[in-house]
Amino acid sequence: MSFFMEVLIAGLLAGVMYSLVALGFVLIFKASGVLNYAQGTMALFAALSFVSFVEMGINFWVALLLTAIIMVILAFVVERVVLRPLVNQPLITLFMATIGLSFFLEGFAQALWGSQVHRLELGISDDPIFIGDIMVSQFDIFAGVTAAAMVAGLAFFFSKTKMGRALRAVADDHQAALSIGIPLRHIWVLVWVVAGFVAIVAGLLWGSRLGVQFALSLIILKAFPVLILGGFESIPGAIVGGLIIGSSEKLAEVYLGPYVGGGIENFFPYMLALAFLLIRPYGLFGEVHIERV
Amino acid sequence: MFYRETGQFKTSYAADDAIFPIRQDFLGFGIIMLIAFVGIPLVSNEYYFVAILVPFLISGLAALGLNILTGYAGQLSLGAAAFMSVGAFSAWNFITRLPEIPFVISFILSGLAAAAVGVFFGIPSLRIKGFYLAVATLAAQFFIEWIFTHVGWFYNYDPSGSISTPPLTLFGFELTSPISRYYTTLTIVSVLALLAKNMMRCSIGRDFMAVRDMDIAAEVIGIPMLKTKLLAFAISSFYLGIAGALWAFTYLGNVEPAAFDISMSLRILFMIIVGGVGTILGSFIGAAFILLLPIFLNISAHALLGDLVSQQFLVVAELMVFGGLIIFFLIIEPQGMARLWQIVKEKIRMWPFPY
Amino acid sequence: MAEVEVATAASPTGKVRQIGDTILEVEDITLSFGGLVAVNDVSFNVREHEIFSIIGPNGAGKSSMLNVINGVYHPQKGQITFNGKTRKHMKAHHSAAEGIARTFQNIALFKGMTVLDNVMTGRNKMMKSNFLTQALYWGKGRNEEITHRRKVEDVIDFLQIQAIRKTPVGRLPYGLQKRVELARALAAEPKLLLLDEPMAGMNVEEKEDMCRFVLDINDEFGTTIILIEHDMGVVMDLSDRVVVLNYGVKIADGTPYDVCNNQAVIDAYLGVTE
Repeated sequence: MSFFMEVLIAGLLAGVMYSLVALGFVLIFKASGVLNYAQGTMALFAALSFVSFVEMGINFWVALLLTAIIMVILAFVVERVVLRPLVNQPLITLFMATIGLSFFLEGFAQALWGSQVHRLELGISDDPIFIGDIMVSQFDIFAGVTAAAMVAGLAFFFSKTKMGRALRAVADDHQAALSIGIPLRHIWVLVWVVAGFVAIVAGLLWGSRLGVQFALSLIILKAFPVLILGGFESIPGAIVGGLIIGSSEKLAEVYLGPYVGGGIENFFPYMLALAFLLIRPYGLFGEVHIERV
Repeated sequence: MFYRETGQFKTSYAADDAIFPIRQDFLGFGIIMLIAFVGIPLVSNEYYFVAILVPFLISGLAALGLNILTGYAGQLSLGAAAFMSVGAFSAWNFITRLPEIPFVISFILSGLAAAAVGVFFGIPSLRIKGFYLAVATLAAQFFIEWIFTHVGWFYNYDPSGSISTPPLTLFGFELTSPISRYYTTLTIVSVLALLAKNMMRCSIGRDFMAVRDMDIAAEVIGIPMLKTKLLAFAISSFYLGIAGALWAFTYLGNVEPAAFDISMSLRILFMIIVGGVGTILGSFIGAAFILLLPIFLNISAHALLGDLVSQQFLVVAELMVFGGLIIFFLIIEPQGMARLWQIVKEKIRMWPFPY
Repeated sequence: MAEVEVATAASPTGKVRQIGDTILEVEDITLSFGGLVAVNDVSFNVREHEIFSIIGPNGAGKSSMLNVINGVYHPQKGQITFNGKTRKHMKAHHSAAEGIARTFQNIALFKGMTVLDNVMTGRNKMMKSNFLTQALYWGKGRNEEITHRRKVEDVIDFLQIQAIRKTPVGRLPYGLQKRVELARALAAEPKLLLLDEPMAGMNVEEKEDMCRFVLDINDEFGTTIILIEHDMGVVMDLSDRVVVLNYGVKIADGTPYDVCNNQAVIDAYLGVTE
């Protein structure tokens, strides 16, 4: 039983890591309807920048600040170069543009910082601790707490601040938001900045797990099932989706994997999410669109 | 000047509904086919056949397959390459296990196998729309990839993960030389493209586009959603399956799941977006663009920078330029290059008095 | 119920149309979305060859009623009898197969297609050739395409949209789009045509044209028409009978003259409750 609990908890905490990537996604989707394929690459870019600063001998916090500045600049550039010329285009075009962006960023990050694998130490021990008789990784707990703090912050930002209200208005209807004087472009820059910060957190946590390397950009593929399970527009959905996907993926791999030859963690989350979708076509917490004619 | 409808009067609806209602279009198409079948083989060398022309034609066919589903029927899919792999693996199994049947039949059967799988993964489209469906098609991508690396029967328990294909034979001839591979591919692709063009301008095509543009209205005027969407998945997967079989047999010369991964799916999607969503021509323009761009970048980077920079840097630079150019093309013509061609045609028709 | 009357007076064209038996019987329909009751226990009947109007203030449940009739919404209670067949639930494409066509309040044309293709979709349900003959463009697939094209051209002539037949509908002005939508519905050769505010947002000339088309369709093809319209002048002139809904409830039913003298209707429009 305690083995089951261990697997479950490890899965839940891995799920938190997926949620971190999914969160950045949800933010951008909520505010602009853009499915941002480059979110994973942004995490890679952020982590790579941070590691390179640290390796130059820069203080941890200064490096973090510099990385944040880079992400802000990136948000401005993306809005100016990619989003603004593509206003009012079909969403699939914007989606494609973000794939183009992810190619570009991937190349750019490696051109700038080199393509070797970097080690990233956040100074948190990965030694397991025992809670009762269940073994849990300290690092996973740290990641869970960070994610919880971030979600709380974002939830506050969305529901209680003026900017958050403007954001929700933009998400609902671009034109109507424009017509009452909400500066659409600033909002877009803002969400990309926030998504960039989320990417820093995700990139650092994932980077210290896997090493900062090219494969980091592929975590986006882990975030997709989380997104469809939770609903593209929902922050709680990203969290709950992450937990469900993380835990069931680990359980399936441990208990089901040996019977079918292993390697099922690549497709299992998708199948699970698909099964959920058949019951709830807009995800667990997604907005149900009533179609009027 | 030359592109005028003047003087071409149609006296029946049959004439107006012909595939090329304007004579110049028909001529243009004939010239292209003539170049493809006679001209290119005269001037081309083996390298071009194997490295450029064959993959271009197959990619075009794959893009056409995806375009039927995504461009015409409006069902966004990120799993195109998975259906190609179904075609490739089925073809390999049919041809090695049943060598007595002609390869054309085997190819058709593998297309049908891909269509069946496509229909299965298309069932969720009845409830799921838009990006949710797109992500759901990733389930097909990863699941099928997993099947072909973990279920031994499909790859004959070969441990290498990449199995070579037997040569295709037609009436006793082995189609192994570059030029025969080119002709095989060209013939299959041209026939399928023509069939697709016909389907898309008949009631099937209108059903698809109606579902794409406004599904409720489509249902209200009597287009059954279930049948139409599944048919779109079936036809699209059939095309993708054949493209996959060709990719394995006339281009790569081996069957491996790695050739049909997610990046292949995304590349095919790029082709239709850059080329033009919902156009047959656009599929081929897009394929040429996405396929040739990296080759062109590679050659020009080597020519320009040569030994100045490392090989590693060139790879990275190519990635950047490729991504950048895709964004650039999306911005200058979001409806794809086929739209540019259409605008050019409209301009020429009016020239020199554009009012 | 099956009384037969000659509606000479009601027809402004002066033509004698024979209003026949009941073709559509709506019984006790209740439709709600979550807690919101859009249509509450509404019954009425429509007779063959009739122009029947549904009127009422905004949000009265008129469009929902049409959506119930052609199967887009499924009512919680009640049943509908069309052409002798009674049903509770029906898919929209089945109702199309039985001969119900409609236009929409907000134009629902297929934006990526030309006018001709849009109108042709109206006949797609009658095209039975399989995809192989269509792919080869040979035999049945081709013949069908051409015979239906001929029928569609008749509709195009009837509604006078010949000049724009090859134009993508997205480029057309609003009034013409409405007309193309009508053409698409008409191409289906419906027994019952549902028109959801066909004249909304039109100028006077366009309205007059549209009225003329509605009357002509009714006259020449004998199509039964259910019309939703806010312009009372149009409703009074065109309709044989009118039903009035308010907050999902039927408050009156009868000839235009009866309805506009009905106290409940006057209250609903001029507002004693509000």
